[in-house]
This record gives sequence, C-alpha cells and structure tokens, in this order.
Amino acid sequence: MAPSHAEGAPRGPSYLNAEQGLWSWLTTHDHKRIGVMFLAVLLLMFLLGGVFAMALRVELLTPGDTVMGRLAYNRAFTVHGVVMVWLFLIPSIPTSFGNFLLPLMLGARDVAFPRLNLASFYLYVLGATMTLWGVFQGGVDTGWTFYTPYSTATGRDLLPVLVGVFVVGFSTILTGINFITTVHTMRAPGITWMKVPLFVWALYGTSIIQVLATPVLGMVLALVALERVVGAGLFDPGRGGDPLLYQHLFWFYSHPAVYIMILPGMGVISETVCAFSRKQPFSYRVIVWSTVGISFVGFLTWGHHMFVSGQSTFGAGAFSLLSMLVAIFTAMKIFTWLGTLYRGSLWVTTPFTYVLGFIFLLFFGGMSGVAVAVTSADLHWHDTYFVVAHFHFIMVGASLMAFLAALHYWFPKMSGRRYPEGMGIGTAVLIIFGFIATFLPQFLLGNMGMPRRYADYPDAFQPLHVASTAGASLLGFGFLFVAIYLGWSLRHGRAAGRNPWGSEGYEWRSDSPPPEFNFHAPPVFPRPPHDYGRPSAEGEVDHAA
Amino acid sequence: MSELLRRILFLPDAASSLAPRVDRLHFFIIVTTFIVGAGIGLTGLIFLVRYRRGRAEALAPVMTAPAWLEAAFAGVPLAFFLLWGALGFQDYIWARTPPREALDVYVTGKQWMWKFAYPGGPGMVGVLHVPTGTPVRLLLTSRDVIHSFYVPAFRVKMDALPGRYTEIWFEAVRPGRYRVLCAEYCGLDHSRMRAEVVALEPGAFETWRARQRSEPTWASGEGEEESLLGPLAAEGRVVAAKQGCLQCHTLDGTPHIGPTWLGLYGREEPLASGGSVRADVAYLTESMMDPLAKVVAGYAPVMPSFHGRLSAAEVGALIEFIKSLQPERPEPPPVQEPDYGPLPR
Ligand code: HEM
Ligand SMILES: [Cu+2]
Ligand SMILES: [Cu+2]
Repeated sequence: MAPSHAEGAPRGPSYLNAEQGLWSWLTTHDHKRIGVMFLAVLLLMFLLGGVFAMALRVELLTPGDTVMGRLAYNRAFTVHGVVMVWLFLIPSIPTSFGNFLLPLMLGARDVAFPRLNLASFYLYVLGATMTLWGVFQGGVDTGWTFYTPYSTATGRDLLPVLVGVFVVGFSTILTGINFITTVHTMRAPGITWMKVPLFVWALYGTSIIQVLATPVLGMVLALVALERVVGAGLFDPGRGGDPLLYQHLFWFYSHPAVYIMILPGMGVISETVCAFSRKQPFSYRVIVWSTVGISFVGFLTWGHHMFVSGQSTFGAGAFSLLSMLVAIFTAMKIFTWLGTLYRGSLWVTTPFTYVLGFIFLLFFGGMSGVAVAVTSADLHWHDTYFVVAHFHFIMVGASLMAFLAALHYWFPKMSGRRYPEGMGIGTAVLIIFGFIATFLPQFLLGNMGMPRRYADYPDAFQPLHVASTAGASLLGFGFLFVAIYLGWSLRHGRAAGRNPWGSEGYEWRSDSPPPEFNFHAPPVFPRPPHDYGRPSAEGEVDHAA
Repeated sequence: MSELLRRILFLPDAASSLAPRVDRLHFFIIVTTFIVGAGIGLTGLIFLVRYRRGRAEALAPVMTAPAWLEAAFAGVPLAFFLLWGALGFQDYIWARTPPREALDVYVTGKQWMWKFAYPGGPGMVGVLHVPTGTPVRLLLTSRDVIHSFYVPAFRVKMDALPGRYTEIWFEAVRPGRYRVLCAEYCGLDHSRMRAEVVALEPGAFETWRARQRSEPTWASGEGEEESLLGPLAAEGRVVAAKQGCLQCHTLDGTPHIGPTWLGLYGREEPLASGGSVRADVAYLTESMMDPLAKVVAGYAPVMPSFHGRLSAAEVGALIEFIKSLQPERPEPPPVQEPDYGPLPR
C-alpha cells in the first residue's frame, strides 16, 4: 500500500519561507525555526565530538603512543566527552525535534513562552562557545565528569568550562520550564492527558528531570569554581572538606541526566514503532507510567556510580536495589514495543530500521546497566571498558539511533522533502553493525580488566582495541553517508507531500513543512494519537473551521 | 563449563577467593541476557518476515495488552534483577568485611605509583608481596588525587582517597604475579600507574619478609637524588637514558623487565642458576658485557650485550650512577602514613 499523497497543495507559505533572510531566522520566535537552528548547531557538535572519537580510537590502535602523547590523549577524551554529553546528547532531541514538534503534537501555535525559547537557544550557543573555548584554550584534561580533587588541583584553567556548562544548564532549565508549561496549558481541546502523544509524554518526563536536577549541577559546578578561585576547601580533606561530596552531588544530577539523554529517544521510538507497524501501542499506559516512573525513581540511584568509592556497605546495597527498580521501567517499555510489532503491518523504512536497532541495542545496554548495578560484579567492572561499553550502548546504540530515527522520520515534516529510502536503509544497517563491531569488543576489554581513560595499555589488550577501531571506522562511514544523502535531499529530494508515512501522529495533520503558525485554523483531534486500528482518518477532521 | 565461559568472556585467571564468586554471578547474568537477547532478536526477525507489510493484513488488528501481561512485563524481569542484586550484595558484603586475622597492608597511591607498607616493615614501591591462602586487608589512602587500586585477576577494586582510609581484602589462591592497575583517572600518567602483586607460598613470603626487614629496598622521593649526583654519576644517567637501559631497569625500586637499579650496588642477587652474587663493580661490568653469564632469579634472559656499544668511560659513568642509587634509610612505614588511622576492629 502506498502512503496516501492525496492532499491538496499546501495553502500559503511554509515556516521556511514565511519570512526571508538570515536576520528573520536569528530573531524568530517560531518554535520550528528555533528547533531547526538547534538541530544545525547540534549536528556541528556531533561532528566535532565524532572527530575526536576517531582520534581516540586511532590512538588506541597500539599500546604506547600511536599518534599522540598521553597529555594529548587525556585532553582529547575530555573534548570528546564534554562535547558529546554536555553539548550534544543532553540537549539533542528535546531542543531540536522537541521544539519543532511539541506544539504541533498538541495542536498549539507555539510553545508557551516563545521568547524564552529563543533566549534558551542563545544561552545554549553562548554556553557552548564558552565551553569549547575553555576546553581548547585551557587544555582541560579532567574528563567530562570533573572529579575532585583532580579538577581542583589540576594546573589547567578550568573556569571557563565550568561557567560554560553552567550556562548550558540554564538553557536546559528554561527549555524544561517552557515545555512543562506548554503541555499543561496549550493542549488543543480534546487532547486529555491520556490522549497526549507518547513523544510528548517523554518530553514532559524529561523536562521534569531537567528542571529538578539541573540546578544541582549548577550548584556543584559553582562549588568547584569556588574551590578553585577562592580555595574554599569544600573538597579538600586537608581543610576538613570531602572529595566524595563532589561525586554525590555530581551523580545526583548526572544519573537523572542519563535519563535526560534516553527518555526523549524512547519517546521517538514509541511514536515510530506505532507508525511503522500501523498499530496502536500495545499498552499506552505502560509507556506513560514507566516514563513517569523513570523520571522520579531515576533520582534515587546515583550511588551506583560509587560502589568502590568507599561509601558504606549499606549505602551500596540500597542504591543497588533502587537501580534494579529503575531498570524495570526500561524493560517494560521494551516488551511493550515488541508487543506493538506483534501482528502489525510492518513497513520497513529507514526510521523503522533504526527502531529495530534501538530496541535490540537498548536491551543489551539496559542489561549491562543492571549487571554493573550488581554490587559484587561492579567491584570488577567499575571504571573499566565494560562501563564504557554499557553507556555507549545506551547513549549511541539507543539514544543516537533514536536521534537518527527521528531525523529520518521527521525529515519530510521539517524540510518537505524525501530522501532516497534504499540508501537510508542500507546506511542504517551499516551503522548498526558498525556500532556492534565498535562496542562489543569493549565489553570484553572490560572483562579483561582494561580501565577507562588509558592512553597506554598492556599489550594483551591490543587485539580487541584493533577490532573496536575497525568497527568505529565503519560507524564513521555510516555517518558520512547520512550527511551526504540528507544534505543532497535537502535540495534535490522529491517533494514529500503532507504525510508521506500515512502516519496518524497529530503533527502530520498540518502541512509538511508546516505553515508559520502550524495550522491554518484551530485544529481538533477527536481520536487518540496512535489510532491505527481503523482505516485512515486522513483529512476527516483536519480543521474544524 | 565455567572455565570455558571464562575464556569466551576474556576474563583473566580467577586468582583470588572472591573471583569465582564474582564470576559465577557474572555467568548467570550474561547467560540469561544472551538467552533473552537472542529471543528478542529472533522475535524481531520472525515478526519482520511474518508481518511484513504486504504479507500481513493491511489493517492490523486493534489490541492492547491485558493487565496480567502488563504485570508480567514488570514482574518477571524484576524477579531476576532482585535475585541478582541480592546474590551480588551478599558477595559484596563479604568482599568488604575483612576477616579478623587478615594481614594488614597500607597502600598509598600517589601520582603515579603505588606504595605498600606492612606495619613493622618493610615497605615497597610498585610490588606488593602477599602470602597465598591468607586474607590480606588493604588500607588504602592517597597523597594527592583519587586513585583506584585494581587487580583484575582478583576481581577486586577500591578507591584510594586523600584524607581517609578505605579498606578491602582479598586472598590470593595461588602463587603468581598479578597486574595492578589504577582505575580512577588521576592525570597524565594514569595509564602507566601500574604495579604488581607477587603472591608467594606462606613460607616463601616469611623468608622474603625477614630478608626485607634486614635489607629493605624502600624507595622514597625519586626527585631528590638528582641534585646529589656527582658529575660522573650524572653522566651515567645520561648514558643510561641514551642506551635504553632505563627501558628495562627502573630507578625507583620497581622490578620491571630487569631488576631495579635502586639499591642494586652491593646487594646480594639470587641467581637463576642457583646461588647468589654480590653486585660489585666486577659483576656490574660483566652484566653489561655478557649479560647472560649470570641471570638474576625471576627474570628472563633477555638483556642484550653492550659489548662494543659502551666505551670504558661510559661503563665507568654507569657504574658510578648505579652506585649513587642507594635507597635512603627507610623510615619505618607507619611514619610514612598520616597520623590518623583506620578505626580499630
Ligand atoms: C537507560 C539509560 C542509561 C544511560 C543513558 C546510562 C548511562 C550511563 C553512563 C553515562 C554511565 C557512566 C558514567 C561515567 O562513569 O562516566 C553509566 C554508568 C552506570 N550505569 Fe548506566 N545508563 C543507563 C541505564 C542504566 C540502567 C538501567 C542501569 C541499572 C539499573 C544503569 C546502571 C549503571 C551503573 C551501575 C553505572 C556505573 C557503573 C560503574 O561506574 O561501575 N544504567 N550509565
Ligand atoms: Cu547512573
Ligand atoms: Cu589513575
């Protein structure tokens, strides 16, 4: 069955050409344009982080110095981590696709605070610029975690980075507040809480974490800055401070933050899995309540990063137990997605290929998370490549696959054009296999006892490192192809029509690309958002005017 | 079976009493994961084939999960997770509760080396000797930033923090040399902050300890000797660096590919062929020219001959340099420690 292209030509100009010129973009209040600007900057960040990832992998081809010295290596993994975590993955899906789609999915004209939205973009750009400048001019070598007392003792100038990340945090908080308010107040008539699209639920859960957790990050960064500038002694045992205090505060933010990185991806998958199996979610409420559960229980597990830090045995047991509870929510989602595929009508497209990759890799990422949350096993695995593999399975294998799924699923929505589908599917398969080849060996390296953040390593670890670097180059080619064919399609792709996927998602009820204020008339959505059970309701209640 | 799994998973030899416990749970988790993971992968593939658009009904049936299935989605994984958590926590408590009779060793991390000291001496840099079959309690602290003491073969890891003591214990089950790595990023040479655990039979350990107490090789303050070097010794240092001697011999008391030069001059070296030799000028010269004539016990005969590659003056400078590398009189290790200590048990 071909998707229905049976819509009339778009009425009037789209958001892309409602106004012209660079200035109209830079001063826009349109959530869609802001989303696109975020997307452009984020892709640049991803490119930068990726170049450094390749440099690290090349250095690790041989023990000893391959292409850089130890100092350069330590700086390179800091750049990689800082850029990928703080500047790419944490803001990624919410600020780009979230901004673009949230109002569309709620039938709103814009987010609740459009000007604040633009401010959040500029804060991000400012913070990111400071961070990058700081990392490079300071030659920062602390890693993305800034652990004290190394970060307070190191001779390198850390201050601009601390301030930069702090500012980026504020941008995150503002986006969170904006989204929460939007979901509460801007839903079109008929969109009750249990009819909110699942991607919106995911954004909502993420926003709650952002608003509640990010201030703690701001605090802890400020404390490190205080320590460095005025010698506050908070983390210095010589003056009655405690270096572990930092880890508690940092992970109190950063464990919830790992859910900031994955929840929006889970939301993307909940949308796309329905769209491409043409079924309603196997259990809408399981997805919703597990999202809410993650948002809250995620705050109670931070101590699982500190099983060998000297924290009390009792504390370790409690954090292990709580980690087991939070893992359940992920398991429930995985089974629900599989249930959604069951007896569906599966349409193999590029986004759907990423969906399958996501589910499979998230399973292994999540299970390895459970494994490292087992206290005794973590005595062996903590701070080894096993942990590196765990979080890359989640952050690349899952979050990034979801990002790519979103990019391909909503590419027609945002640009009004199609990309070559065969090319897309082939590249997706390449990326998934490249990913496995890169990170599977890292689990084994961790088992062997290879610690993380090592520029140099005993010879016995070399074969697995070579395998991992080989995989990484496949991955690199994959991303290159995506950039090429999507870039090409931006200009030369076929026109997409309004709803090329025949999706029931609310966002597809408006034109692709949407007009400046999203809908030509206030929309009404009498049916639930993933209502694939009946023959398409396309156009039935498009606009109530 | 478990040996096979251990090899498939690239785990190092399980050389402590803790290691088999950790591994057993690891195998349980990993096997379950792979079975379920394969199940998920296969389910996905079967769905892809059976329900491919075009083959399947165009209009997928409307269905939602019954409540019991929703409960199963949560309950079944939870049961497994809690079981693993509980089993693991049992072992964790065990690993963090040293038996009363354990032998204490003070471990100090410092950028970028490990120091080990037994109460009452001796102390060592970079090598921790322990008896097999005996619990050893490590009391760890750090002089600067956080380090983490990690012995993969023992499945043991514990952070060393400045300003406080952490503790962990292990029991080596067979004699051997086991790699010690630093697992907490600590700056420039983090990846080279290595050491070694040498596990000896209890008898051999006592002999070693008695000898160390009388002739310690405690090293301290590597930086200082620089200024004390005479001109000939200083030249010897340059020669040593240029000729690559230092790729195999350390100056800080750590055995490497070859024996350390620290305290070498005048030491009785046990020989691989049995017997021993005093490291005097004649022996040192011989070792440079004909290294395989007398190989020190415990080292591979890998040193190349420097016959023809060193001038007489260079040999003299080298020997002067080695002579200068005398350990300072060891301070008794407890004085090396900060004067607060772990709580008595
Ligand atoms: C689903 C999204 C997840 C993400 C994005 C994620 C990400 C991460 C990251 C970034 C780290 C390493 C941080 C560092 O040391 O630099 C980490 C470590 C860890 N994760 Fe996850 N994780 C996820 C899920 C889970 C789950 C479900 C569990 C357990 C139930 C878990 C348990 C752990 C544990 C215990 C560690 C610490 C391991 C160690 O350092 O020894 N994670 N995770
Ligand atoms: Cu965590
Ligand atoms: Cu270290």
